[in-house]
Amino acid sequence: MRLPEAEIAAVVKQISGSDVKKCMKCGKCSATCPAYGEMRFHPHQFVTMVARGRVDELLKDETVARCLSCFACVERCPRGVEPANVVAAIRVIAEREQGGSNFVPDEVPGLIEADGEIPQQALVSAFRRYRK
Amino acid sequence: MTYSYYPGCTLKTKAKDLDFYGRECARALGVELEEIEEWQCCGAVYPVVRDEIATKLSAVRALMAARDEGRELLTLCSACHHVLTRVNHDMLTDPDVRAKANNYLKPQVPYAGETKVVHYLQMLRDEVGFDVLAKAVKNPLKGRKIGAYYGCLLLRPSKVMAFDDPEDPRIIEDFIKALGATPVVYAMRNECCGGYVTLKSEEQSRENVQRIIKNARNHGAEELITACPLCMYNLRKFGDGGMRIEYITELLYEALGLGSVQEPGTGADAGTPADAVCGAGLKS
Repeated sequence: MRLPEAEIAAVVKQISGSDVKKCMKCGKCSATCPAYGEMRFHPHQFVTMVARGRVDELLKDETVARCLSCFACVERCPRGVEPANVVAAIRVIAEREQGGSNFVPDEVPGLIEADGEIPQQALVSAFRRYRK
Repeated sequence: MTYSYYPGCTLKTKAKDLDFYGRECARALGVELEEIEEWQCCGAVYPVVRDEIATKLSAVRALMAARDEGRELLTLCSACHHVLTRVNHDMLTDPDVRAKANNYLKPQVPYAGETKVVHYLQMLRDEVGFDVLAKAVKNPLKGRKIGAYYGCLLLRPSKVMAFDDPEDPRIIEDFIKALGATPVVYAMRNECCGGYVTLKSEEQSRENVQRIIKNARNHGAEELITACPLCMYNLRKFGDGGMRIEYITELLYEALGLGSVQEPGTGADAGTPADAVCGAGLKS
């Protein structure tokens, strides 16, 4: 059973280590995000919504998997808010639910058959986004 | 100087060129790389969330192995370097992670982040010295216009990685200069190639790579170099073929006059699908 929304928001703040209240809404994180056009919610929205305790919509959004974890937003945030860590916390909480994984092991043989050059690094990375 | 060396899973399989030429060049420059025993895959992605412990343990084991040898831990792969550096930072600064990792691993001597993690490029700059390297170059790469592709993992977050200026890095440009070639600075050299979403969202990676290559070409780059096997894969796969992409160690090997580097896909990196299935660190 899922926790109440406010409690999940508290967990997000805790495991992301991000002080979302420090955000001054400059939007630099989203401006610099290379996955901006791929994600339904953008880095600055993750920060604001978590600050307001609104995490249910974020948890339902599958495009969270498009975040590249490139840390451009973390590097360029003038307030040290670390938006990518907030995105990661949301993604991890979604993945930890049964069936919440973005990656399924059964996909791997087909991927390798289609492209034998796929480096191990890509497969191992993808499995970091896998939970049973 | 002797370093403990952590190759990582991909350097044993798809990125053998990054590993092989790196070892050969280190030997030629008088640097010993001693591979640590029974290392395990670092996981390739640093677990950002604070309550992840198990996913950090293989990195802690590698860091401890170097500590026990009294050496610095050297890496070549950008992802391994990123994971090992950040986990080490956690062990040094986060009492919760440190306590839990030590409770689980029960090492004879508890680990608290003592190991210094060094990237191959930092070894070239700080131990060998780019001036000494320049003198060791037997085959200067004169006239070649080469762009450094840093990507994200070596540079960010700079507070922890402390690799170079995250927005205006110069270590790879200085490396290119030492080899006698002309470094080409372009705006997108530190933007992400699309990383591992390439498996699930190919178009996203393709768009990123094409923007990067176009930007490099517009600034005059005729070839690019990288230290990351995943960047290499994405750049080669989604590039237009007109831009040559090489590992930093291949360029170094050529400049040191140790031999010619084989064309992509015919050398040590030409694996079979079976290599990929064999997985992390198991196949050498």
